[in-house]
Amino acid sequence: MTVHPGAWWVWALALGTVAARTTNPLLLGLVAAVAGFVAVRCRRDTPWASSYGMFLKLGLIVIAIRVVFHVLVGGITGPTILFSLPEIPLPEWARGIRLGGPVSAEGLVFAVYQGLQLATLLGCVGAANALADPKRLLKSLPAALYEVSVAVVVALTVAPQLATSARSVRRARALRGDPVRGRRMIRTLLVPVLEDALDRSLSLAAAMDSRGYGRTACLPRSARLLTAGLVVGGLLGLCVGAYGLLDASAPGLVGFPMLVLGALLAAAGLLTGSRRVVRTRYRPDRWTPRAAAIAGSGLAAAATVLLVEGMGAGDAALLVPSTVPLLPPDLPLLPALGVLVALLPVVLIREARG
Amino acid sequence: MIRFENVTVTYPDAPAPVLRAVDVVVPEGELCLVVGSTGAGKSTLLRAVNGLVPHFTGGTMAGRVLVDGRSTVDHPPRELADVVGYVGQDPQAGFVTDTVEEELAYSMESLALAQPVMRKRVEETLDLLGLADLRERSLATLSGGQQQRVAIGAALTAHPRVLVLDEPTSALDPGAAEDVLAAVHRLVHDLGMTVLIAEHRLERVAQYADRVLWLPGAAGAPVSGPPGPVLAEAPVAPPVVRLGQAAGWSPPPVSIRDARRLAGPLRERLAGRTPRQVSSPLGGEVLRAAAVTVRYGKTVAVREVDLAVRAGERVAVMGRNGSGKSSLLWALQGSGKRAGGLVEVGGTDPAAAVRVLERRRVGLVPQQPSDLLYLHAVAAECAQADAESGRSPGTCRGILDTLAPGIPGDRHPRDLSEGQRLALVLAVALAPEPAVLLLDEPTRGLDYPAKSRLAQALAGLSETGHAVVLATHDVEFVAEVATRVVVLADGEVVADGPVAEVVTASPVFAPQVAKILAPEPWLTVAAVSAALDLP
Repeated sequence: MTVHPGAWWVWALALGTVAARTTNPLLLGLVAAVAGFVAVRCRRDTPWASSYGMFLKLGLIVIAIRVVFHVLVGGITGPTILFSLPEIPLPEWARGIRLGGPVSAEGLVFAVYQGLQLATLLGCVGAANALADPKRLLKSLPAALYEVSVAVVVALTVAPQLATSARSVRRARALRGDPVRGRRMIRTLLVPVLEDALDRSLSLAAAMDSRGYGRTACLPRSARLLTAGLVVGGLLGLCVGAYGLLDASAPGLVGFPMLVLGALLAAAGLLTGSRRVVRTRYRPDRWTPRAAAIAGSGLAAAATVLLVEGMGAGDAALLVPSTVPLLPPDLPLLPALGVLVALLPVVLIREARG
Repeated sequence: MIRFENVTVTYPDAPAPVLRAVDVVVPEGELCLVVGSTGAGKSTLLRAVNGLVPHFTGGTMAGRVLVDGRSTVDHPPRELADVVGYVGQDPQAGFVTDTVEEELAYSMESLALAQPVMRKRVEETLDLLGLADLRERSLATLSGGQQQRVAIGAALTAHPRVLVLDEPTSALDPGAAEDVLAAVHRLVHDLGMTVLIAEHRLERVAQYADRVLWLPGAAGAPVSGPPGPVLAEAPVAPPVVRLGQAAGWSPPPVSIRDARRLAGPLRERLAGRTPRQVSSPLGGEVLRAAAVTVRYGKTVAVREVDLAVRAGERVAVMGRNGSGKSSLLWALQGSGKRAGGLVEVGGTDPAAAVRVLERRRVGLVPQQPSDLLYLHAVAAECAQADAESGRSPGTCRGILDTLAPGIPGDRHPRDLSEGQRLALVLAVALAPEPAVLLLDEPTRGLDYPAKSRLAQALAGLSETGHAVVLATHDVEFVAEVATRVVVLADGEVVADGPVAEVVTASPVFAPQVAKILAPEPWLTVAAVSAALDLP
């Protein structure tokens, strides 16, 4: 039994929202741990399930890069100087940018916090990726966007294929006895790999065409005109509405109402446009109560943190722990409890698997 | 069902049309086999059936193609998807989705079939092609035979009236090929489906064909008719037809059964004679492998294989798809992974050798020979090969001219025919004079004349003291070229011995002549003809 991929993405993005609102390392660690635990316990034996580890490694790299950048370029400084790098003098026009110089403990901790935040976000996305195939998610888009989603799916499959063909070409090149390095690599490796990729995409396109991709219902001219009109009108409405909202001097009617009208028109356009694409779905993903509960558990976590932040009560200050002066972070209790709610999928999935 | 009316196809920038005035009718429920040398236009003809030619490939088409009454002129491939199922040469390149089940459903989704219908047809197709165990598997992890069956299944679920298969068994081992063809045969007989197949390995398909369409290329108009007589005329024919011709059977049989019924007198004439031994003198041991093991993650591809090859030997490594043939070859060469065991070529381990020296000892022609080539002209490739292997200029070109004379030096390797490209890659691999030459599936995409030339070239190599090891599914080629056969199963050696002994031991690996003349120990038409002084 599979859960709608959208549910996993909502759950993960909600956890990501929590991570985006805080730099508290304890809370971030909790978010990462929850995401990781659910990913490991709930993922199925699928080719993309193993991608989670890659996201974690990427997260560590992000932290390292953030710290290295801080040491080199600086930023927030504090009274506790740990060590000093030789400072490189920059010309007058580059004032405000510093290369090298003193590195403070406060700045370093701040950089680690920020790196940790990004890494946690990556961990959430990685968990979603391991739990639900992003390609399946694309398939749940409205039919009018079908062509776009297929293009994305095909582009996604090209990358691993490129890697495979690069490997085989490299292996074959090693047979000829010259190691592939440097500028020659472009010629010896890139040319065959690109040729291969082009050949593949042509044969894929031929295969898709001969299997009926792009069959369209012959809608009457009036229906096509209606779709086009609705979509263009909707986009215009969205633009005007956004302008009205941002420009304080615009009349009130141009703002929010226009935005809503535009959105409605665009939605109607997508709906009529979907009639043009005649397709059915084999085993469509259904939005079951379980999927709703999974998405809800993530949203609950996000809601708790946003509420705490919005009320500005005691815990709100703990979300962004002070680095100047440097203080040990405290775990904000209420948000932490909220994040723990996001563990619900583990129970739900275990129950489903019996 | 399929009607070609005076069809001529010319690709842009081509000096001559690839198909000329093709006038053919394939009636409903027939299995029609398209034969011809490489470059005769088989693929073009097949692609014209569902409109890929010219809608997709470009070029100009004169005349018209009618499928089930619809003209491909005003129906692009997608509008013919419900009538024609098309499976291209490389099944993997045509996969649109990730998993077996979704791939099977893709055509039906495009045709907007109702969901219950799709579920039922997917189940039926899984059973029909024996794919039920693989339904949730990722397509990338399947073996070649499984991928081919999924590709055919994916075309079948739309319930087309016509199925077009371009070289469906080239990449498959004899057993898997048998499975695929049996499934196709069933479709023709149970459902009255019209099937059009192009195939180089005629010994596998010819017996199922109701009609053969021979494309002689530029030489003349296409010939269509009953399999035996048409194949007898064509330059490409399976051994059974050639044996029939040599023995004077008329019309030449195309199936083993028919041939055996006619072969009684021939067997009597052969009784008491033995095939002439044409083994070249064997030299010393040049390659020794002991307990070679190759692992990918948890799976063991090659399990403790021992192999000793002597100079002048031609060893064929056979076995199912995924039985570890390629892994073994790469491990022997030294650049592949090896988890354990020992390989020695001339006393040293090739994996430990410095690259150029390593190449001198073991040459390998990979499954995709074109991976070895990257320059824009044949002459440049040859010069590069000479430079890499430290030979005097002209060495590689000299080898190439003995293998396949007359290839222009300024030709781009991509524009060569399959046989010419293989010859070029062989020349590149042979330039450093390796003691051992390894070939991975060298006969894929080669027609019979090209295969004979390759066999001659390999025989010539072993006469000059090289050892040749080839991994292949092609039993007829093995019968023609090998002196010894090693059969792998699940990474282990299950049989190792002289070719005549091993291939006649099991019907799967037996060449057609051996099946026809059993229990007499004959493997090739050439041996029979030589023994009896037949034409």
